[in-house]
Amino acid sequence: MNSTIMRGLFAILALPFPVSASLGGDVSSVQADQMKMQGSLRTTSADSYKVHEIQTPAGVAVKEYVSPAGKVFAVTWQGPFPPDLRQLLGPYFDQYVQAVQAQQAQRHGHGPLLIQEPGLVVQITGHMRSFRGSAYVPQMLPAGVHPEDLR
Amino acid sequence: MKRVRFPGVLSFILAATLATTAGCSGSGSNGNGGGGGGGGSASNVEAITVNSGPGGGYINGAFTSVTVCVPGSTTNCQTIGGILVDTGSPGLRILSSALTISLPQQTGSNGSPIVECLPFLSGFTWGPVQTADMTIAGEQAKSLPIQVIGTSNFPTIPASCSSQGTAEEDLASLGANGILGVGVLTADCGSACTVSGASNPGLYYSCPSSGCVVTTESLANQVQNPVALFATDNNGVIIELPSVSGAQSTVTGSLIFGIGTQSNNGLGSATVYMLDPSTGNFTTVFNGVTYTNAAFIDSGSNGLYFLDAATTGFPTCAAPITFWYCPSSTQNLSATNRGTNGTSASFNFVVSNANTLTSNASTAAANGLAGPNSGTFDWGLPFFYGRNVYTAIAGQSTPGGTGPYWAY
Repeated sequence: MNSTIMRGLFAILALPFPVSASLGGDVSSVQADQMKMQGSLRTTSADSYKVHEIQTPAGVAVKEYVSPAGKVFAVTWQGPFPPDLRQLLGPYFDQYVQAVQAQQAQRHGHGPLLIQEPGLVVQITGHMRSFRGSAYVPQMLPAGVHPEDLR
Repeated sequence: MKRVRFPGVLSFILAATLATTAGCSGSGSNGNGGGGGGGGSASNVEAITVNSGPGGGYINGAFTSVTVCVPGSTTNCQTIGGILVDTGSPGLRILSSALTISLPQQTGSNGSPIVECLPFLSGFTWGPVQTADMTIAGEQAKSLPIQVIGTSNFPTIPASCSSQGTAEEDLASLGANGILGVGVLTADCGSACTVSGASNPGLYYSCPSSGCVVTTESLANQVQNPVALFATDNNGVIIELPSVSGAQSTVTGSLIFGIGTQSNNGLGSATVYMLDPSTGNFTTVFNGVTYTNAAFIDSGSNGLYFLDAATTGFPTCAAPITFWYCPSSTQNLSATNRGTNGTSASFNFVVSNANTLTSNASTAAANGLAGPNSGTFDWGLPFFYGRNVYTAIAGQSTPGGTGPYWAY
């Protein structure tokens, strides 16, 4: 199957759903992310969730964690450059940006990022050419899943 | 080849500002350049100062001064202090609000200005790539591509750049007049930015008046580590800072250029730790657990950021400083760093209550400032207190081997 047909199929699958939602969105948003990132997709299963792994051409490995209810409850990434966070965090992006700006005044300098809000946890670490991050919605974690499982 | 275009509209301002800024020293010794009083006078030594920075309130930031000149000029120059020394990134970045001379704009093959979007951990810097002769101590990087942050010329940040989060474009958000990146990398993006298509990470933009689009950028034109462009002493740097006990208001030290190139920059008894080439990390062992290629040394991080409260047993501080640890008493700890070349050695460090450490507004150097960083060790500036830390640039030969490596 050539890539044009593949892209057409994904477009049809994605049409009825929000195109830019990822974290907090339906499983279909994984395909929207894959299209936006022009990456390859691999799916694996754990006990209580599925992991959709997108490998982007720029070398970033993005994992989207999908609950039994079909919702993306966490995303992680690792690679030489950060991914498109607006795409990946979806409806949580604005909250993320506001939280970062609020924290800047308190940190008295630079360092890895740790946002811990009641409805959103984001961690970003690393240095130039080596980034690693994760974001999850605590209320959406399936029973028995711990944040440290999300790597 | 990129052509260089001179904006050429600021000559009146230049004439006024030159009266208040220092001239270039050419290739001669420039001494300490206003960075502080702790350094020596050798031509490869620049003073650094840990203080609250040009914006005030900075903790654990090492600041220095650089002189930038219009390429080829020895009079159209400016010395800028309050520049953060960062071994975690390559390249010189200056806030436009701190830059009073007009530097030539780098342009692409179509004649349009080149503008960079550089992602950091907590956001990005957006601004044009311009060219300068940079002088620090007695060293000079000629025709160095630098990033000027927060100019009014390119106010519309492309969506693909703002999707990285928050713009760090002023003194309040950056905490410094600029960043001097003297890490292990030569160019900031590397080969990924030299090719077009989906694999290009999109750090460099061509910005005609119709709007900015991602473009390719050669290694030579990328914003890059000025040390690698020095005529000599170009294989790395040493940061020397004294021990710090608890919280202090000012600490002075030295930024020394070259490793094993002069009588004052030999490795001595320092141990060389080679890095994993794919991540630029090495390994830390802590409490019997090995964190393989998940650790790095970074003077641009203002604390020791490692693991998490559940793993260390140290509680994080109360809001709004939940990104720091607040143990009830100072913890005396040890860890072992291991290079990919097999060298390893243990060392001691402390974690103190960050609420107490930062409670005095005059504190600028705080040993023991630490915080969570799940699964990772970021050995920030407190690691440098009382150690001479060597950073060897990738691909450069030194008496300790070819970089990249850290040694201390």
